Amino acid sequence: MSSLSRDDVAHLAMLARIELTDGELDRMLGELSVILDAVALVQQAPTEGVEPMSHPLPLVNVARPDEVRPGLTAAQALSGAPEADQQRFSVPRILTDD
Amino acid sequence: MSEQTTDAAGSDEILGTDGVQGAVQVQAGGPDAVLTWDETVAAYDPVLGLEVHVELGTATKMFCGCPTEFGAEPNSQVCPVCLGLPGSLPVVNEKGVESAIRIGLALNCTIAPWCRFARKNYFYPDMPKNFQTSQYDEPIAFNGWLDVELEDGFVYRVEIERAHMEEDTGKSLHVGGATGRIHGADYSLVDYNRAGIPLIEIVTKPMTGLGERAPEVAKAYVATLRDLLRALGVSDVKMEQGSLRCDANVSLRPRKKKAEKQSEVPFGTRTETKNVNSLRSVERAVRYEMTRHAAVLAGAGSILQETRHWHEDTGVTTSGREKSDAEDYRYFPEPDLVPIAPTPETVEALRATLPEPPVQRRRRLQGEWGFSDLEMRDVVNAGAVEIIEATVAAGATPAGARKWWSGEIARRANLEGRELSDMGITPRAVAELDGLVQGGRLNDSMARQVLDGVLAGEGNPGAVADARGLALVSDERALGAAVDAVITANPDLVEKIEAGKVQAAGALIGQVMKAMAGQADAARVRELIMERVGG
Repeated sequence: MSSLSRDDVAHLAMLARIELTDGELDRMLGELSVILDAVALVQQAPTEGVEPMSHPLPLVNVARPDEVRPGLTAAQALSGAPEADQQRFSVPRILTDD
Repeated sequence: MSEQTTDAAGSDEILGTDGVQGAVQVQAGGPDAVLTWDETVAAYDPVLGLEVHVELGTATKMFCGCPTEFGAEPNSQVCPVCLGLPGSLPVVNEKGVESAIRIGLALNCTIAPWCRFARKNYFYPDMPKNFQTSQYDEPIAFNGWLDVELEDGFVYRVEIERAHMEEDTGKSLHVGGATGRIHGADYSLVDYNRAGIPLIEIVTKPMTGLGERAPEVAKAYVATLRDLLRALGVSDVKMEQGSLRCDANVSLRPRKKKAEKQSEVPFGTRTETKNVNSLRSVERAVRYEMTRHAAVLAGAGSILQETRHWHEDTGVTTSGREKSDAEDYRYFPEPDLVPIAPTPETVEALRATLPEPPVQRRRRLQGEWGFSDLEMRDVVNAGAVEIIEATVAAGATPAGARKWWSGEIARRANLEGRELSDMGITPRAVAELDGLVQGGRLNDSMARQVLDGVLAGEGNPGAVADARGLALVSDERALGAAVDAVITANPDLVEKIEAGKVQAAGALIGQVMKAMAGQADAARVRELIMERVGG
């Protein structure tokens, strides 16, 4: 069984800036718990003596020279923005007063 | 409607590179209570921790080939990678990694033989990816130190916890609202030119045993680090443009009468003051936080662990946000970047490129130049070490170079609020001016007039001296005649000198200089007088 609590889900929702209703919180608690339980099966694999792996390829030090490459124009960059103003991306107000 | 720009200071009105977690506390009521400085240091022992972010001077960003020019048009230096567009993949800037290793080596750190990048997850529009690529538990450099020398010669060894690679964030312009501050803004406008510029974050271990020197050591550390980074050539280290930024962690604990017992007292709760973007502010902010903490603790209150914002104009800090736990950032290894594994050969090759450390260099130059401790301190405080070195290299005497740069030119630079290097006179020109004085062509007051001309753009010193007709009379016969005339006219003074009152010669020299309209070498005039009178 997962040990995920309703408060955990609410906290994650806050961190992700996703507003959830009470009903959605309950539903997400159930769905996330199922996912966590499924992933938890992996923990049963015998990993003693096995190095943790974050990258499957045996590559290190992949780098590029410090040379400017063409990017996007401001118009191209802003073309996908829902709103733009003063050649900048316009986003909703960030924090509330309370 | 009001606008609040968050310009180059490196952070938004409310936050820096950390994004936002938790709620902003609205400041209520008047200013915080503080204790006096003497009360504070008598009762409490400070512990400092400094985090310095330095923007590297690479041509391109850390993970993409976008340029890094300061002050470019908004969103003109962006690409799918730094905009976090789906499907784009980062590739590490080789020079960024090399700079990080060189900084680590210069700070006497161990260089990790293998380390990874990590994602620091937070939702805030200054990073369109919704995470900052950083390093977490595997910094590229760790366990170093930097010796910091105070003005009185006291040396404090700052232990370095780590130096890690990360990327800068975009800049936000907050529009609307009654106050123009973030929490009053209706919307925000974001420019991603800065997003992805390489940053190195340098973190100290807790600095203890500082006592009342804490603010001064904090400032001296940042100054020493700045000089070191400049000498390394890895950054332009302009605090006013945000390419060097400091966050100051401060805590207090009760002071023990016996100093050797002090380390047994656990650390107090710390606050982290952001927005500290000048050397003077580092010192003031640490001092202010110490006195504020002291007032809270003396009143049996407790310090809230939080971010504080430094206000340059009023010299106080205000509450920012509660410090979030690292786990809220949900760090995990960056899957899109392969590990960095510098070989010992690479590290040694980079070590060979390190410049002489600033403190040692100063000591060596002081010896070579024959300056006293006091003279050298003035030179350092005037920020004139490099420029004097260049002037001496251009042929000036060290004493002459020092006299001009940390004297007359520094005085004018101070008055005009400019850097020595922006004064419109080159080391070569100062060397030429010194040469004219040393060669006996100009005296001090003439040389100052020539300096005026050079600073006014009239040309190099030789040309200015010619154009303004400034030159000492080198005609020994004319000079000798003037000396003879003055001696004849002042038998009383001559008598005094002959009676051993040598200082009376000053009056004679003055009269000769007047007779020569100032165009005589005073030292030569003294010689001529003493030849005739001193016998």
